[in-house]
Amino acid sequence: MTKTAKTSDFWEGIRETLPLMGAVIPFSLVFGATAVQAGYTIFETIFASATIFAGASQFVFIEVNGLQVPGWSVILSVFAVNFRHILYSASLGRYMQKFSPPKKLLAFFFMTDFHWANGETRIHTKGAERFTPTWYAGFTVPLYVMWVAGTAVGAVTGQMITNPEAFGFDFLLPIYFLTILIGFRRRPNFLFVVCVSGTVSYLALVILGEPWHISLGAITGVLAAALLPLKDRSDSVLTHGQGEDV
Amino acid sequence: MFELAARADVLWLLTAAAFVTFLTRIGGDLILSRFNYIHPRVEAALEAVPAAVLTAIVVPPALSAGPPEIMAIIAAGFAALRFSAFTVLVIGIGVLLAARNLGL
Repeated sequence: MTKTAKTSDFWEGIRETLPLMGAVIPFSLVFGATAVQAGYTIFETIFASATIFAGASQFVFIEVNGLQVPGWSVILSVFAVNFRHILYSASLGRYMQKFSPPKKLLAFFFMTDFHWANGETRIHTKGAERFTPTWYAGFTVPLYVMWVAGTAVGAVTGQMITNPEAFGFDFLLPIYFLTILIGFRRRPNFLFVVCVSGTVSYLALVILGEPWHISLGAITGVLAAALLPLKDRSDSVLTHGQGEDV
Repeated sequence: MFELAARADVLWLLTAAAFVTFLTRIGGDLILSRFNYIHPRVEAALEAVPAAVLTAIVVPPALSAGPPEIMAIIAAGFAALRFSAFTVLVIGIGVLLAARNLGL
């Protein structure tokens, strides 16, 4: 590939992140402020964004770790929410012939819902040969820098808020999770899974108490989905179906 | 302004969270891609994971909260069908604060 094509791949990657900033910047600010309000130090908060780099699961970490549960159940919740990445990496990995093994590992470290959605779009409109490490880098740098920087600004600002209830911080996470949940509504069996998980988790909370309601509700919903009569799977993620932004 | 204070146990827990997140990011390429065929029931289960987990996190606190919280969840739920995530958050928090200030 010529030098010009490489440069244009990089800039195309950067340009594609611009429309995503409207989601990334506000949520990085909100994450920083929420984490500090939940009792994390500024350094811990930035460390979370820099190492995990997955919005929904960082909020899940705060929520579940606030329940005074054992560490492994916090990790299990994070793992479960990020489970969708397994489908993304299986799908994108098939088109990474231009990535050396170290570049591939590095690329996967930074892979978000956006990388998957924009990557699949690029592969299917411009061809797999334009799905290059250079494009990937251009797409990653602004997202990562803004996510970490926004977290830092949010954390420093959040520290100054002394009356979190006046800003609704105490109920921000349930609203945020609901938004993400609704984003998954076009997935097969969505309503069925929601009804099963919702009923079981609520009953488990009433009968057994925290934190078992999360695991029990989630596991029952997943098993129920697996046991449903099988339908046409042409809309699956592995055969480039539709994603959701988190 | 910027302090480097951190607790070792919190950093370890965050590192573990980052590690399992990385596992999910390479897992599909390392494991799933070796199979030419994934059983439809396994795929159905995998696809249900995010919705099942998020529901189990959202529903119990929403059902156990007061009228302002329930109103906020309902408003946000409808808003999420149309608007982007941040707009939904603004609407949900707006309804919550309005209801609280009205003493509902």
